[in-house]
Amino acid sequence: MEKTRPLWTNPLQFVFACISYAVGLGNVWRFPYLCQMYGGGSFLVPYIIMLIVEGMPLLYLELAVGQRMRQGSIGAWRTISPYLSGVGVASVVVSFFLSMYYNVINAWAFWYLFHSFQDPLPWSVCPLNSNHTGYNEECEKASSTQYFWYRKTLNISPSIQENGGVQWEPALCLILAWLTVYLCILRGTESTGKVVYFTASLPYCVLIIYLVRGLTLHGATNGLAYMFTPKLEQLANPKAWINAATQIFFSLGLGFGSLIAFASYNEPSNNCQKHAIIVSLINSCTSIFASLVTFSIYGFKATFNYENCLNKVILLLTNSFDLEDGFLTVSNLEQVKTYLASTYPSKYSELFPQIKNCSLESELDTAVQGTGLAFIVYTEAIKNMEVSQLWSVLYFFMLLMLGIGSMLGNTAAILTPLTDSKVISSHLPKEVISGLVCLINCAIGMVFTMEAGNYWFDIFNDYAATLSLLLIVLVETVAVCYVYGLRRFESDLQSMTGRSLNWYWKIMWAGVSPLLIISLFIFYLSDYILTGTLQYQAWDASQGQLVTKDYPTYVLAFIGLLVASSIMCIPLVALGTFAMRHFKRGDTDPVA
Amino acid sequence: MLWPLFFLVTAIHAELCQPDAENAFKVRLSIKTALGDKSYAWDTNEEYLFKAMVAFSMRKVPNRGATEISHVLLCNVTQRVSFWFVVTDPSKNHTLPAVEVQSAIRMNRDRINNAFFLNDQTLEFLKIPSTLAPPADPAVPVWIIIFGVIFCIVIVAITLLILSGIRQRRRKNKGPSEVEDAEDKCETVIAIENGIPCDALDTKDGCMNEAFMTEGERLTPL
Repeated sequence: MEKTRPLWTNPLQFVFACISYAVGLGNVWRFPYLCQMYGGGSFLVPYIIMLIVEGMPLLYLELAVGQRMRQGSIGAWRTISPYLSGVGVASVVVSFFLSMYYNVINAWAFWYLFHSFQDPLPWSVCPLNSNHTGYNEECEKASSTQYFWYRKTLNISPSIQENGGVQWEPALCLILAWLTVYLCILRGTESTGKVVYFTASLPYCVLIIYLVRGLTLHGATNGLAYMFTPKLEQLANPKAWINAATQIFFSLGLGFGSLIAFASYNEPSNNCQKHAIIVSLINSCTSIFASLVTFSIYGFKATFNYENCLNKVILLLTNSFDLEDGFLTVSNLEQVKTYLASTYPSKYSELFPQIKNCSLESELDTAVQGTGLAFIVYTEAIKNMEVSQLWSVLYFFMLLMLGIGSMLGNTAAILTPLTDSKVISSHLPKEVISGLVCLINCAIGMVFTMEAGNYWFDIFNDYAATLSLLLIVLVETVAVCYVYGLRRFESDLQSMTGRSLNWYWKIMWAGVSPLLIISLFIFYLSDYILTGTLQYQAWDASQGQLVTKDYPTYVLAFIGLLVASSIMCIPLVALGTFAMRHFKRGDTDPVA
Repeated sequence: MLWPLFFLVTAIHAELCQPDAENAFKVRLSIKTALGDKSYAWDTNEEYLFKAMVAFSMRKVPNRGATEISHVLLCNVTQRVSFWFVVTDPSKNHTLPAVEVQSAIRMNRDRINNAFFLNDQTLEFLKIPSTLAPPADPAVPVWIIIFGVIFCIVIVAITLLILSGIRQRRRKNKGPSEVEDAEDKCETVIAIENGIPCDALDTKDGCMNEAFMTEGERLTPL
């Protein structure tokens, strides 16, 4: 009797798994940045258009392929065409790279979560220097949150060449992160199905709480107004459209094989069209919702810093000119400045370089994305709130849920093809395969806990998945429409789900989406080629800020290898299959 | 006749206490910032209290037990409120070395602050750095404790899941073999399938439905 494929206990688990996978850290730390850079409210126009034209069709395609083929990515593409199983292999390789570095973020989230139980929060005060007369120099030059991130968490080295050793604290957190992921995927869909109820819903609870808190913060409206005032001239900027397309593409997690893996555990009669629309809509709405929260927090932080800056100027002037304490206020600052400039011109001109021009606009303009936003900007805002420990715990718990939800999808993309393959699953039980995958990833992930680990993390983050995914999804779309045949696929879906395929999907799959992906691919390639040598941001401890440096040649070679290793799978496996078939045909020829 | 002497003395005092004089310290108070509505005005009485506190601090230094309030000189009081002060020796000709004054003030900073309801930030002695309180460092960092708790929970949960998985697999392995035994036993033990005994189904003649059989028996014999 053949072992039946494990199934989701109910369709809701499948939807939650997809939401949990798609809604990840990118919604929280990339979308608000893009919104800010490309015109605030007007960025929503290209975003929604790209969602309808690119996101929904491609998501539906992947879910339909998975549900129809009922296998992981390698098996599914082998069924479509044996020459194309390289697409599945490429997906697995990219997922493998992603899971290697993505769990490091969970390790950092754990680290900050554990440190949130202290009063005062460790990133709110600078540590003292050796003779206790002042604060640590690096901390003074940067800020206490930057110091905690770069020195205490990462212990970052000045450049990528200086590797340093493995830091035991982040290493412990990484081991814990992998153990948590292992716990969730241990039993396959049985355990994953229950965990995704939490990882999908809890972040929304925290976001709602944060929204309520964020909107009531002093200065939040400044941030919201800044964000949502549309700058319509950005609509003419092609970069806005390209970034909207890229964001939709990567935010949904297409091409990794996770969606195919999740859909393969569905009942064949499942209405995946409805689910595709729901998941993509929820993903985009979550991005917009998260940016509401982020911008009210930005507004609070910017207003706080602006008022601090003004107070510092007031203090400086009061002390230098021995004015009465409390005489200078925010309202009469400008008048008094002109008065002082005229009455004591020499002394004022001495002081002038130190008097910073405080501007709320420039504070709001500091657009940050990625780990900088999550671990520096947010923590800076949190330390100024009341009961900051509670907000800190909630925030990092939410980051953890988002991160683990995405990790579940990544590991499913790797494990499903492995457990589908009869060779491996007959020798090893499911638990051992999962354990081995987690162990290998954890061991390689130790690289990211070294002193230069964050630089390697940035390399993986920027280059491991971007180009490869575009190519993979392009080949996927072309394969389904032209190699397998769109009509054949349509009739398959009709017999499977009982519903006919809408003409909209057919047009998108056959024409529009591949063209979009090709244009994105060309844009990325030309961008890489035009910028010439690649550069990175290194932390300079003596200045307390980031400086730009060039990558050494061996790192550039590594980046090339990273991108090539996943892309090359497609032609290599196709060639290999062709060669094997030729061989077999050659063997049988003498008989005929 | 005493007037010239008086001028001489004040002149010397004036030279001893001057902004940026040797061994002189500048003090800055921010009373309104610290106390808001409850702030008091800075007048000569407050200056007297200040002199008393400085003299008190100096008296605690060994060898300087004879410092009097009149040895502390204040000058250049501004609206800010800020002023300069020096501490002179009993002869009133020299000022005490800055190092001594500095260490004396540092030792008693708390009490000086309290006398004026201020703190280290609102009562500043420029050039006398205040000793910052080191953050409380517990013996075991808090984060390791929480890490240990979560780590143990996760390990226990993983072990439980693995063990239950092994048990389930053992039961499943016994399960199919149990089903096979039952099929063997079916030939000896009567298992009922749909109201008809299993062994009846094994016969080549087909299964005999008892209900029809009895009626048949009634009708056929002739």
